[in-house]
Amino acid sequence: MGRTLLLTHINVPGIQGFEVYRQTGGYRSVEKALKTMSPDDVVEEVKKSGLRGRGGAGFPTGMKWSFLAKPEGVARYLVCNADESEPGTFKDRYLMTHIPHALIEGMIVSSFALGAKTSYIYVRGEMMPQIRILEKAIAEAKNAGFLGDNILGTGYSLEIYVQPGGGAYICGEETALLESLEGKRGNPRIKPPFPAVAGLYGCPTVVNNVESIAATVPIINDGGEEYAKIGIERSTGTKLISAGGNVKRPGVYEIELGVPVEEFIYSDEYCGGIANGKKLKAVVAGGSSVPILPANLILKTASGAPRLMTYESLADGGFQTGTMMGSGGFIAFDEDQCVVRNTWNFTRFYRHESCGQCSPCREGTGWMEKILYKIEHGLGTQSDIDLLWDVQKNIEGNTICPLGDAAAWPVAAAIRHFRDEFEWHIQNPSESQTRNFGLAHYADPLVQTVD
Amino acid sequence: MLSVKENSPVEFSPELLTKFGEIVKRYPEGKQKSALLPLLHEVQAVFGWLSPDAMDKVAYFLNIKPIEVYEVATFYTMYFLEKKGKYNLEVCRTGPCCLVGAEKIMHHIEQTLGVREGEVTPDGLFSWRGVECLAACGYGPVLQIGPEYTFYENLTEQSVDSLIETLKNKA
Repeated sequence: MGRTLLLTHINVPGIQGFEVYRQTGGYRSVEKALKTMSPDDVVEEVKKSGLRGRGGAGFPTGMKWSFLAKPEGVARYLVCNADESEPGTFKDRYLMTHIPHALIEGMIVSSFALGAKTSYIYVRGEMMPQIRILEKAIAEAKNAGFLGDNILGTGYSLEIYVQPGGGAYICGEETALLESLEGKRGNPRIKPPFPAVAGLYGCPTVVNNVESIAATVPIINDGGEEYAKIGIERSTGTKLISAGGNVKRPGVYEIELGVPVEEFIYSDEYCGGIANGKKLKAVVAGGSSVPILPANLILKTASGAPRLMTYESLADGGFQTGTMMGSGGFIAFDEDQCVVRNTWNFTRFYRHESCGQCSPCREGTGWMEKILYKIEHGLGTQSDIDLLWDVQKNIEGNTICPLGDAAAWPVAAAIRHFRDEFEWHIQNPSESQTRNFGLAHYADPLVQTVD
Repeated sequence: MLSVKENSPVEFSPELLTKFGEIVKRYPEGKQKSALLPLLHEVQAVFGWLSPDAMDKVAYFLNIKPIEVYEVATFYTMYFLEKKGKYNLEVCRTGPCCLVGAEKIMHHIEQTLGVREGEVTPDGLFSWRGVECLAACGYGPVLQIGPEYTFYENLTEQSVDSLIETLKNKA
């Protein structure tokens, strides 16, 4: 068994409530930080830990914290991003449902480090049951003296509020989230200024993912250096992976960064292999936005080395032959799945979720959806593939926020690695309506490129 | 000054207004607009949808312009600008759920209820629609029913049938 830090007590009966959570060692980090450390000490430990943002971008959390502006007399805010909506990702829901106090404890420690007196947890509106769970956890923590005025007699005061979203993927982007928290449409802001300087209500703000905040608890308990000993190189600590699609045992797994992808998919400790005795065709390793890889390239890098569940190894080979860790939304496709249909589905998602501010994204996602609809429904032409490539190229990098890139990358990767599946659809319009292309790529070590 | 619009055809109960007041307290002085999304959820939970009159009343309560409410209500997918069935079944239709049969489930619901996506059954009990990823990909196919957003996971045609039966008997 690998080491766990976040989900260690997940199966303890009653862990959702304060009492049991406390009995398992909960809220020790709050006592340690508030009574024996300065806010800067806490930031220093998080820096030492090497913790990288668990929401998708992978930016070092300690560094993000150190950018926070601290002008005299201006409020500072910590906002937790619990808008989990990257297709394939459901780890934050799991954590908030089963161990809500892990997030609240991390919120207190992190708010203390940043000097925030009021913090918000922005939860996607559809997670109404989780919102109720968190509100209850906050009330329990407050009742026990870990929140509110003069926490544990240290003079530090903090209030945490839960804010529901309204159903919009874009609000997972931090500036869109802040707009939404201010009661507006979720249109991402132009940066700079970054939230660290002008965030919520124009005040210095840090926005962190649920898992990143929860990870500060073991970091403070055991020290940043201990945390950094887990994992490989710049991928330190543990990571929650949401395993879905056609695996035998879908669910949330906490892994030590560095587990081989092959072990993660086939070992009984994790996914237990592909469901129904099927073969693996492809994987989207980090949520719908990251490049899809055929089975051969997700199991081994282009140079033949085993691919590992780390930020670096998943990205090995760049976008030509690699992908990204992203949010840890691990979606496995079995041999019966159609890459064209799935790409069409994802593109419809991005068209639906584009906020409409930037033309390349607003128009481009719609065009891509229409072209993919044509190809999937046996109405495509050869030139559509090149047109699709052209459209995605013109979205990438040309928008205010990363949603444009997120929409472009899956399309580019699908064409890059599965071009002959697209061509087969076009050349066999009626056959493609009755059966899927199958596994042709599975054993094909050659990587197709079109750029 | 936060107050209630007079001469509105929509009535907000004292309990609802108390809730409004508590929510507004979460934000700094002058930032009451932050309460807009939570307030709209509360209103929708009571009325089932957001009528223009109800939105105007929320605007008046928060001391913001009605257009600021419309902007938000039309941007986010969870707000209904028209009446839905008493039970609005929202099925996740994004990639991971489709890998495990979400399209079949949507088709089955359409057949069983006899109404197309977005329409309401003649008895006013049911409506359904496909929604984008609900962050429950390991438990797909899934559907949710507001206003408390109860989740139904690992759906099969049989489990959908019994869910619809249960809801019918409850109504």
